Parts: sequence; C-alpha cells; structure tokens
Amino acid sequence: MSFDEFLQAFFSLEILQQAWPILWAGLLNTLLLSVVVVPLGFLGGLILALLGTVHSRWVRWPLIAWVDLFRSLPPLVLLVFVYAGLPFAGLEVTALTAVAIGFFLNTGAYYGEILRAGIESVPRGQVEAARCTGLTAAQAMAHVVLPQAVRNVLPDLISNTLEVVKLTSIASVVALPELLFQARQAQSVTYNATPIMAAAVIYFILLWPVVRLLSRLENRQMAGRR
Amino acid sequence: MSAAIVEARGVHKHFGGLHVLKGVDLAVRERELVFVIGPSGSGKSTLLRCLNRLEEPSDGSITVDGIDMLDRRTDINKARQRIGMVFQSFNLYPHMTALGNVALALRRVQGLPRAEAEARARQALERVHLADRAGHYPGQLSGGQQQRVAIARAIALEPRVMLFDEPTSALDPELVGGVLQAMRELRESGMTMVVVSHEMGFARAAADRVVFMDGGRIVEEGPPEAIFGNPQQERTRAFIGQIERH
Ligand SMILES: Nc1ncnc2c1ncn2[C@@H]1O[C@H](COP(=O)(O)OP(=O)(O)OP(=O)(O)O)[C@@H](O)[C@H]1O
Ligand SMILES: [Mg+2]
Repeated sequence: MSFDEFLQAFFSLEILQQAWPILWAGLLNTLLLSVVVVPLGFLGGLILALLGTVHSRWVRWPLIAWVDLFRSLPPLVLLVFVYAGLPFAGLEVTALTAVAIGFFLNTGAYYGEILRAGIESVPRGQVEAARCTGLTAAQAMAHVVLPQAVRNVLPDLISNTLEVVKLTSIASVVALPELLFQARQAQSVTYNATPIMAAAVIYFILLWPVVRLLSRLENRQMAGRR
Repeated sequence: MSAAIVEARGVHKHFGGLHVLKGVDLAVRERELVFVIGPSGSGKSTLLRCLNRLEEPSDGSITVDGIDMLDRRTDINKARQRIGMVFQSFNLYPHMTALGNVALALRRVQGLPRAEAEARARQALERVHLADRAGHYPGQLSGGQQQRVAIARAIALEPRVMLFDEPTSALDPELVGGVLQAMRELRESGMTMVVVSHEMGFARAAADRVVFMDGGRIVEEGPPEAIFGNPQQERTRAFIGQIERH
C-alpha cells in the first residue's frame, strides 16, 4: 500500500465531507447521552452514598447487594437486559430511556462507591462541630461533609465521568445512533476507515481537556500530600 | 448563690462493655468557670460530650439552662445552640473562610439573612481579635488563630455555657497564650465555662472550682488553691504531683 493509498483509506477529506452529516448527528447524540447519563449516574451515586451513612442493617445489606450486583454486571449486558427485558414487565421503553436506566444503575453504583469513600474521608470532628452549633444531620451533610467529600475525591469522580462518556458508545446496541455507531455506518457505506478516524479525533477533542484537568488535579493532590 | 445552668446527675456512660462514666454529678452555676482535670482515659471528654448529647448517656439526667437534654421531646438542635463547644482539634470547616465558619449556623440554624449573619459573625471574630482574618481559610491560619475562630464560631450563637475540651493541647507553646487570652476575656464577659485542660497556671488564675476525675468518677473538687495546694485524696495528690513535675 503506498502512502497515498494509506491516506486515501484513513484520512480522506472527500470521504470526511460525505460522512460529516452522519457523524454530526452521531456527535449530537453522544453529547445528549452524556448530558443525560452523567448527572443521572451522579444522582444515583449520591443516593447510594447517602443511604450508606444510615446505620441500619435493613439499609446496609440491600445496599451492598445492589452495589455489588450492578458493579458485577457488564454494562452491555445490563443495557440489553433493560431494553429487551422491561417490555416483558409491560413497560415499553425508548432506546434513550433504556440507556438512561442502565447507566443510572451501573454508573450510579460506581459514583456511589467513590462518593462513599469521599464521605468517609471527612473526619468525624467535622460533623460533631456542625451538630454542636445546632445543624441537623442533613444540614451537616449538605454544608459541611459533602463539599469536602466531593473535593477529596474529585479526581476519581472526573476519571469515572471520562469512562462514562466513553461508555455511551454501547448505546449503539439498542440502536441509538451515537457517534461510534454513525461512524461505522458511514464506514460501511463508503468502504473507507476515514469516518472511524474522524470519530476517534472527535472523542479525543472532546475528552482531552478533561484528561488534562484530571492530571492537573492529581498532581495538585500529590503535592498537597507531600 | 445563683442557680445552676448545667446540672448533671448520676450520669453513666458505657461504650459496649466499657464503663466510662460511673455516676457523675456536676452542677455549674451561672458565670462559674469549672476546670476539669484528671488522667488520660478518666472520662473528661466523655462527660463534656454527654452535656450537649454528642454522646448519649446510658443513665442519669442532664439539664442545661432549664432544658432536659435527655428528654426525647427536647429539640436537641435548638438546645445545642445554648451550649458552645470547642475541641482540641479545632474542627474548623476547611472549605469555608473564617467568616463562613462562624456564619454557617447563624444562617442555617438561626435563619438570619446573609448580610446579618455575616455582620454578627464579624462581631464574633472581633471578640477574639481576628476581624482582619475574616477572609482567610483555616489552612491559612496558625493553630492558635484557628482555635480562636472556633471560639468565635461558638460564641456567635450567644450560648449560655461554653465547653472546652483541651483547647490548647494541639498548639505549639508560643500559640497557647492567645487562646488563653480569648478564654480569659470570655470569662470576664460573664460566660459560664467548663474547661478540660492541663493548663494549671490558667486554672489557678481563672477557675472558680477544680474538679478532679479518675476512673469515671469525680474524686475530689474544690477551689483551685485547695485542690492544687492541699488535695485531700491520695489519687488527687498523686496526679497533682505528677503534672507539677512536668
Ligand atoms: N466512642 C468511643 N467508643 C469506645 N470507647 C470510647 C469512646 N470514646 C471514649 N472511649 C473510651 O472511654 C474512656 C474515656 O475516654 P475519654 O476520652 O472521655 O477520656 P479523657 O479523660 O478525655 O482522656 P484524655 O485525657 O486522654 O482526653 C477511654 O477508655 C476511651 O478509650
Ligand atoms: Mg479527652
């Protein structure tokens, strides 16, 4: 294969131009998915982490079982299960709803474990000081513990968010045309790898700033610990 | 003799199988400064923490400013505003400025609007001579300054009594003076105080009464001259002798 042929097969401007509308639609879906799935997963995680502070085994054991279950199931399996399974329970769900539910369960379990570690990293004296001044347990959690908890595990939260955004590509299995799905469509129509390369570049442009931010935070935490 | 603001009767505390308080009676009158001393593990912190129900006593009764602290119907969050507490480890909120630390409860518990809460917080910081540090975060303050912010955080709520649990033990020696000075001024303003501390000089100068605890009981109490100069109990004598050799 000559260099020209290589360029033609992987980086053809002509093909890119042809495929762009398809890719663009996919990009929009990926962005939409991320904007839905990240906050939802975070919310699920927050609920789990808060439940984790309840000292009752009637909460504790179901919680452990829940988190273990949804961290063990491969997200892809979970998604197919939700999409194909819920109709049997009489619930027709759109692809987007299925993805939202699947990520709420899977991603929520991960965010939940991260936030739980964050909450546990805040010294007990912080809550005691807050309660001594008359704050309720909920107020102490909201104003004193959670802000510190989130700050302490921010790199982990961001790192998980990166994974989540990348994972949105599995939405294609329930025929939700996100970026990677669209790129493969375009590839099969054009018999050319350029759309795939373009998708890779788009992912990179999308996520690289977040990766940089993450590195900086990690470096700062390392420096703080010294 | 004025009425007791704090009245603890027959207070017991168990931690699992560990019997930490074994029937403690303590009455603190208005404007009184009671100093609590005793060996490590004797239950001094536990006693203080029972007074504002940070720990749940296993038995006994506690009233503060006429409120039955152990009654289920008592609004504990309301009652706690009358009892300020200062910890050995300061426990300032690291994500808030000094002003934010002091203003938090004024806003969230007392429901003051932001401007008013901050004005009151500033006044409290002035009382510990830290008005010029209002915008600093705890990490930017010395240990002594942090502890004074913690005092301001407590007095901003205008409590009827203040509890101090070894407020100077975590400080470098040169920073102790500023905190003791703030406590002395608080005392002069008429605050009722219960202080657990090893600062015997401060006890001699400022305490009305010294309480010696050992093994979960109050062994002996009296004016500082009597406890330090002429202790009646063997255990008190041994303890006083020990700390004076330091
Ligand atoms: N939350 C807890 N759980 C179990 N045991 C505890 C708890 N808090 C205190 N204790 C135990 O109760 C006893 C009394 O502790 P406390 O902290 O009241 O002593 P102290 O007089 O304040 O001692 P120090 O001078 O070291 O601060 C100790 O044996 C301690 O280990
Ligand atoms: Mg103690």
